[in-house]
Amino acid sequence: MIPGHCGISRRAVLKMMAAAGASTATVSQWPRRASSASRLVVGAAYVGPKDDYGWNQGHAQGVTAVKKIDGVKVVEEENVPETVQVQKTMESMISLDGASLIFATSFGYWEHMLKVAAKYPKVQFLHGGPTVWKEGMPTNAGSYNGFIDEAQYIAGIVAGYTSKTGKFGFVGAKPYPASLRNINSFTLGARTVNPKAMTQVIFTGDWVLPVKEAEAVNSLADQGIDVVTCHVDSPKVVIETAEKRGIFSSGYHVNQSTLAPKGYLTGAEWNWEKVYTDYVNWLREGKSWPHMRRGGLRAGIVRNAPYGPAVSEKARKQADDAKAKFTDGSFVIYKGPMKDNTGKTVIPAGKSYDATDIWLESMDWLVDGVRGSTRS
Amino acid sequence: MRLLGGSPRGAAEALTIPAGALAVSLILFGIFVALAGANPLGVYETIYSGAFGSWFSWQNTLQRATPLMLTALCTALPARLGLVVIGAEGALIIGALATVAIASVLPGASHWTVITAMMLAGMSAGGLWVGLAGGLRYYRGVNETISSLLLNYIAIALMNHLVGGPMRDPLVLHRPSSWHVGERNMIGLIPGMDVHWGLVFGVVGCIVTYVLMQHTVFGFAARIVGGNVRAARMAGVPVGRLTLVTCLIAGAAAGLAGTTEIAAVHGRASTSLVVGYGYTGILVAFLARQNPLAVIPVAILLGGIDAAGGLLQRWHDLPDATVHVMRGIIFLVILASEPVYGRLRVFQQSVVAPSNGAVPREAA
Repeated sequence: MIPGHCGISRRAVLKMMAAAGASTATVSQWPRRASSASRLVVGAAYVGPKDDYGWNQGHAQGVTAVKKIDGVKVVEEENVPETVQVQKTMESMISLDGASLIFATSFGYWEHMLKVAAKYPKVQFLHGGPTVWKEGMPTNAGSYNGFIDEAQYIAGIVAGYTSKTGKFGFVGAKPYPASLRNINSFTLGARTVNPKAMTQVIFTGDWVLPVKEAEAVNSLADQGIDVVTCHVDSPKVVIETAEKRGIFSSGYHVNQSTLAPKGYLTGAEWNWEKVYTDYVNWLREGKSWPHMRRGGLRAGIVRNAPYGPAVSEKARKQADDAKAKFTDGSFVIYKGPMKDNTGKTVIPAGKSYDATDIWLESMDWLVDGVRGSTRS
Repeated sequence: MRLLGGSPRGAAEALTIPAGALAVSLILFGIFVALAGANPLGVYETIYSGAFGSWFSWQNTLQRATPLMLTALCTALPARLGLVVIGAEGALIIGALATVAIASVLPGASHWTVITAMMLAGMSAGGLWVGLAGGLRYYRGVNETISSLLLNYIAIALMNHLVGGPMRDPLVLHRPSSWHVGERNMIGLIPGMDVHWGLVFGVVGCIVTYVLMQHTVFGFAARIVGGNVRAARMAGVPVGRLTLVTCLIAGAAAGLAGTTEIAAVHGRASTSLVVGYGYTGILVAFLARQNPLAVIPVAILLGGIDAAGGLLQRWHDLPDATVHVMRGIIFLVILASEPVYGRLRVFQQSVVAPSNGAVPREAA
């Protein structure tokens, strides 16, 4: 594998090295990396590309914030499949790079992470997703997740003000609980402005299906819908297609405003920068943390993208007021009486579910005002 | 020496040309990474250490090579009959589904009964799946490459339907997944290693099919069909039966990969199974020149490149696509080296050298 063995002359090798503009230092450095002891090494694995304008980029932004902390070294791997390969990636980060904190940022990493966590009790493992830690699981494992539907509720208010038709489109991947919660919260937010507002839902069937996502947006635009939002891994295509069709868009995961400078209203975003920085600081201070960390706007785990040029002053004000109510903890989205879109009462009058309520994490209904079904 | 070709010179040729092609691709890859701003020597060293530099790296490599050996057989075996089958991805998924299904109807059975049943179920289901492509080819004249490719999509759609409906475990909320085959039915790791038993299945599968294709009447007949179908028919070779049986065996290999993915890794079927093992298997088969025995080292080589891919990202700031570029370069150079066979005078004997495998070659 070393070119010297492949019949290249020494001169050619020297030339190549000079061409690369690199010194031989990097060559001889690798075995020592693991022992660069005093530094805290943080490992992160992503299921897709780090620049997907979506889920993975959100986590990569969080990890980038960690890089700026003094004395912290970050090792990252993108496109790691949710198989035994991610176990090997984590183990490699631990044994070759000396990582002592691992962020496993895809849903399907959970089972694999638990296996590796049991093997390396001195390393901390954290999983980004709606996973539930239970007694008996490795104590060095945990999960973090955000109530991003709160930010979707705010985005719904903004959309409700901006829309001329009162019809919204939502491109989902699969009808799974977190997606349904986003759809419902967005619709409920929009309905506070326009009680007749309607959200048309299209599920594409999988997390990354750019062609179907574009088709979905086109068909929504053809139906007279003028604001589109989504819950797919990479909203890039949805936002770009909406801009091309001249309709408004509301982002998801990270800020996509550069893709739609005219029509981007706001978006529901993760604030992993804060979450990851907290964990690294806690680890260095020797603090422990709960096995499950959850929070929404109040905890600063989610946020909204800055308002776009099409958002009116009135809309901004109402959205900011609603945000303030989330922040001081005086507002709950899921409060009875509430009916689903088949007319059945799902939350009776007088009953309300706080964002932390575990019942919301198994949501299987669409709220009144949503057109679509929970079957894909 | 008999393993590689008929004669010592033939064997030397069969080893030297791929090795040379590999060297050329490494040089091309070095130029590529230099252009990308990394030090090629450092990158080579990282690839070596990440793939084969330590016991940890070796296990990492073998772990990744494991499913590839079985999926590569799915392409390599029909290739002996001159068929290009690319249906390993679908056969793996169907094998995995059958594995889950059979485990669920045997709730009280003993560990070994369930494991045997799971393996048989996975192999038969995968075999029938690719057998479908073989049958379409033989009875209806449907191009087997297209049909096996389309069967992959059907398999994925079928899995999505089953894990989202009839086979869905309602307790797994956030990703449609089938029910679990049960912790006690899982096959563990090879003692003393961090690699599951799939590796043994893979190696045994490659050896058995090598013997079948190279040292039995069946294999001989299959190679005649691969050489010239008409001549084979004239000689009374049962082309149809050979096509079907070979496709069944090929599919069974990929189906067994599905069983091990379930019984040794995931425990339940879900989209986590669709990670391209079937498609990488095609690459392995072509690099191994459709020789089942050569599949073993080639799968290990590609597994090693994969294992090192993470280090290239972490230590050289190269994008994930780097390993795909490397694979692509190797693939192209190996294919381009094909015409070299039989043309290098060093390897020629005064008598006509017997051909290696199914690739017909003019006498020098």
